[in-house]
Amino acid sequence: MAELSYREAIAAGIAQEMARDPMVYFIGEDIGAAGGVFKATVGLFEQFGPDRVRDTPISEQAIIGAAMGAAMTGLRPIAEIMFSDFLATCWDMIANQIAKTRYMTDGQVSLPLVIRTANGGGTRFGAQHSQSLENWAMAVPGLKVVAPSNPADAKGLLAAAIRDNDPVLFFEQKSLYGVKGTVPDGEHVDTLGSAKVLRNGKDCTIVALAAMVPKAMSAAEQLAADGIEATVVDVRSLVPLDTRTILGEVVKTGRLFTVEENPRLCGWGAEIASLAADECFDDLDGPIVRITTPHVPLPAADVLEDAAMPSVERIVETVRKSMR
Amino acid sequence: MSTRVEKPAATEIDRPTRLRLYQLMVELRDFEQRAYELFLENLVRGTSHLALGQEAIGAGYGVAMRPDDYTFCTYRGHNHTLARGASMAAALAELMGRGNGMLHGKGGSMHLTDVKHGAMGSYAIVGAHLPIAAGAAWSAQVRKSGQVAVCFFGDGTTNIGAFHEALNLAVVWKLPVVFVCENNLYMEYTPIEAVTAVKHPAADRASAYGLESILVDGNDADVMHDIARQTIGKARAGGGPSLVEALTYRHGGHSRADPAKYRPEAEVREWMARDPIKRYRGRLLDAGIGEAEIREIETRAQQKVDAATEEARNGAPANVDEIESQVWSDGSARWRN
Repeated sequence: MAELSYREAIAAGIAQEMARDPMVYFIGEDIGAAGGVFKATVGLFEQFGPDRVRDTPISEQAIIGAAMGAAMTGLRPIAEIMFSDFLATCWDMIANQIAKTRYMTDGQVSLPLVIRTANGGGTRFGAQHSQSLENWAMAVPGLKVVAPSNPADAKGLLAAAIRDNDPVLFFEQKSLYGVKGTVPDGEHVDTLGSAKVLRNGKDCTIVALAAMVPKAMSAAEQLAADGIEATVVDVRSLVPLDTRTILGEVVKTGRLFTVEENPRLCGWGAEIASLAADECFDDLDGPIVRITTPHVPLPAADVLEDAAMPSVERIVETVRKSMR
Repeated sequence: MSTRVEKPAATEIDRPTRLRLYQLMVELRDFEQRAYELFLENLVRGTSHLALGQEAIGAGYGVAMRPDDYTFCTYRGHNHTLARGASMAAALAELMGRGNGMLHGKGGSMHLTDVKHGAMGSYAIVGAHLPIAAGAAWSAQVRKSGQVAVCFFGDGTTNIGAFHEALNLAVVWKLPVVFVCENNLYMEYTPIEAVTAVKHPAADRASAYGLESILVDGNDADVMHDIARQTIGKARAGGGPSLVEALTYRHGGHSRADPAKYRPEAEVREWMARDPIKRYRGRLLDAGIGEAEIREIETRAQQKVDAATEEARNGAPANVDEIESQVWSDGSARWRN
């Protein structure tokens, strides 16, 4: 087991797949010689050369459109959109073209491509460089949506996304890039659509994604000191969604809390809450509670951003109050 | 640095090619007319955008393309899809929402696609397919397949960002792609000149991307075939992309809902006189091809459309059991376990 940072794990995942499959190409802004603005692609340009690791102009529609055209015709492209906020500039390509073309043509084309993007807050970048947008993608039929919470998952899920024959939006939480963790040696490929139970507790189930996972884990430790034993589930993949694992854990504890970085309305937790209400109603012992960022654009100042995003303290307080 | 090419140098186009061009144009015309008749019978629902009057462009390029080349076109794309050899019956059935439609009813008129014949899709968000065509050309380039992508779009597309992003990328990466602007003078209902900074919306922008400015008569099948051979040949030889502006005119409105009353009568008359099929028929007669041979082509085209109509009409309605299928590559629409 090697100790890698989340950003090194991303580069390792891309390198593993590019070495394995000559049809994997990687394009994006500043990803080549510069190694990416988040340094998540360092070394790839040197290893695979400028033909397979291609710098593009600041043209998000061209980047994503080119990835689509290439995926339709035999390549397995990886395209980077520097900040997930910039997905808005190429949302037509993603939501109208990539997501729908297979369906509209009744399966005449497959689109094996990955769009990687730096997502989420915690870095004081303000409202246009901090959004947590995985729920936008989740709302569009035809897109797979993945968001890893640790280096091992970052490598393994990215490898799985690259091997998948459908389009995958891969959300990397930018405040996690420096976080270190152990990553299995050798080839590491995970499975899309599988949630992970990180901690078992009999009293409640906390479901979290990406940067909210380590917060949920810390909160669970604190709650344990108060005598509340929480199960923590890392969702990992919103589409496909591992409802079997998630709802299975809800049934065991009878209580569900979601911890979401996204603003309140239509966050992914709302869908899980709806599924739980629909399918686990008789097993629930209390209300389903969503812990989210309030329904505001994310503010820049450190005190404001910290207060807006779900914190360990807020998770602990919310669970404690609700479990009383 | 760039040269305006009003008309490409006349090259000899052989007799079989000319007959093929005429046959294809007549088939495309008859198909679109049939589609219109089926609207009137209320057998075609939704909307549809006909390319009546614009046949020379699709035919000129269609005949010049290699079977494995890629076509990308717009919601006004019946003609470009059929020009690659796609089934007329499947196209009409798709317009009619039948299960034997080209897309089994899931796409409709604006999304005709026949990948087996290189028709890589009809795209209904203006400009979207230019970067996608560039991507297919990039794929062909790195696979060293020798394929060329040809991307057709309307004049209105030249004012959307994706046009400029795609052209820049295609030139920087020297991609084997040909961008063909079908300038029919109107972006939907508004004259393109009224909303564009330059007179020729594509040709006048070519120099911004270091490309030759090419403006051609889009109602002349010989001219279109000639420029198609030149631009496709250049792309295939590694010479990079081209941008062609072909002047043409819709015989009808933008879509089914548009009677096109905004167009001056004199303008319509002038362009109807330049109908690409009427003109080409005259040219074939002048070249010594007999009336009987031309009539035979016309009769065969009509028979082909009639047979396709019959086949489409006989199709069952699209299958509701297929609604939740083909979202994913495993054929399913499953999003959970």
